[in-house]
Amino acid sequence: MSVPAELHYTAEHEWVAIHDSVASVGITDHAQRALGDVVFVSVPAAGSRVTAGEPCGEVESTKSVSDLYSPVDGEVTEVNAEIDDDPGLVNSDPYGAGWLFKVKLDEAGEMPPGLLSAAEYTAMTKDEE
Amino acid sequence: MTDSASQPRRTPLTGVHEHLGATLTDFAGWLMPLRYGSETAEHKAVRTAAGLFDLSHMGELSVTGPQSAAALDYALVGEPSALRPGRARYTMICAPDGGVLDDLIVYRLSDTRFLVVANAANTEAVAAALAERAADFDATVTDRTDDYALIAIQGPHAAGILAPLTDADLAEVKYYASYQANVAGKPVLLARTGYTGEDGFELFASPEHAESLWASLSVAGAGDGLIPAGLAARDTLRLEAGMPLYGNELGPALTPYDAGLGRVVRLDKASGFVGRDALAARAAAVPERQLVGLTCQSRRVPRHGYSVLWNGEPCGSVTSGAPSPTLGVPIAMAYVHPDVATAAAAAGAEGAGHRLEIDVRGRAEPATLVELPFYRRQA
Repeated sequence: MSVPAELHYTAEHEWVAIHDSVASVGITDHAQRALGDVVFVSVPAAGSRVTAGEPCGEVESTKSVSDLYSPVDGEVTEVNAEIDDDPGLVNSDPYGAGWLFKVKLDEAGEMPPGLLSAAEYTAMTKDEE
Repeated sequence: MTDSASQPRRTPLTGVHEHLGATLTDFAGWLMPLRYGSETAEHKAVRTAAGLFDLSHMGELSVTGPQSAAALDYALVGEPSALRPGRARYTMICAPDGGVLDDLIVYRLSDTRFLVVANAANTEAVAAALAERAADFDATVTDRTDDYALIAIQGPHAAGILAPLTDADLAEVKYYASYQANVAGKPVLLARTGYTGEDGFELFASPEHAESLWASLSVAGAGDGLIPAGLAARDTLRLEAGMPLYGNELGPALTPYDAGLGRVVRLDKASGFVGRDALAARAAAVPERQLVGLTCQSRRVPRHGYSVLWNGEPCGSVTSGAPSPTLGVPIAMAYVHPDVATAAAAAGAEGAGHRLEIDVRGRAEPATLVELPFYRRQA
């Protein structure tokens, strides 16, 4: 189970990478394994607002559909255009080419509250098993 | 503290699936492989090469004795007495009110020996119902599920992979026939049956031979694209093939006629049978629902229970839905009002002023009515 140390995580199995007050968001390796083959991802539109902890999209796989939550407050600046044609990127490269959307943080320069470290996320997923 | 009684049972092959890194799931009380890697790849392998399935969770009930054929004619809606030894038939067991208790395959092994294969979730109930219905016949019903492992090899390459391993002449093993044979040195009941819509074989074997058989088939098929396939692929394969799943398209509140499977009910057989009067009435009545196939235009997938809408009005609900790897779009089976089925078929894909939609979590997604099955293999 891959849990890159430099990223942050949420209890809803998303990862967050923050650079210059922009948060990149995707789902974790744990999540993609649990989902199976991803067939469709609905992401929030560029320009829309998202709220931390609120559902903002859906990840659909062969056997199930899961809500996608925003880990942060802000405005969506960019969505991954590759995902529409190749939703399998979420399975094959969840932390890289399978990124889903980017959010310009409302609170520039501040670490958003409530995010988990890699160690905390790893412990949390072990507890769930 | 875990209750050991609630732990799922292991099949003779669960250790193999663990070794292969399968994602395991509790299915009807059995620890089964859901997928080994990508269920889409497993599905496609069955359509283009071959897949290897562990089906040891299925129930095997032996019905034997001088009146075993008569007992089964009475207990089931079909006519097992008309089967020649070495033949099998898809059939159902119904309640007195005509509701389906399970769908089954009955194999006639000899004049006085039958093997009834039931769904894992219904094995106990079917065994009890058969025993009760056989009570007045010189016949014995025995649950022999624990005496069998069941391995299936399904796909266009299945026969080619299996042929070198067996003394049976596969060209002589017709569809829905079964033979005692040796495969890779192990005695099996070899049947040309399956739940995928492809050519394939199901091997009933002794549990102690299961791992060896699995290994032999895996090695033999490695050069022909054979890969292990789990329950997720099994479900999308049968859905594409338009095959019902008990609990979705079949259940105690539904009759074989609802599912478009009236052909399994032999109203004309000489013996009476459980459910006969109710089923005869149902066969003569105006249907209340029709099972239809739907394909979807968006990629959001219809799921069990989602409402089907005709011009915005609810007219039925989805029984099974999944993305179809072969068609490349989401597909679903649904029960709808028969008038809607007729009107939707007449209106055609363009709608001609009508709208057929599925309510996918609050959004009406356009759908097209199609004839089942969604997929038919090349002959």
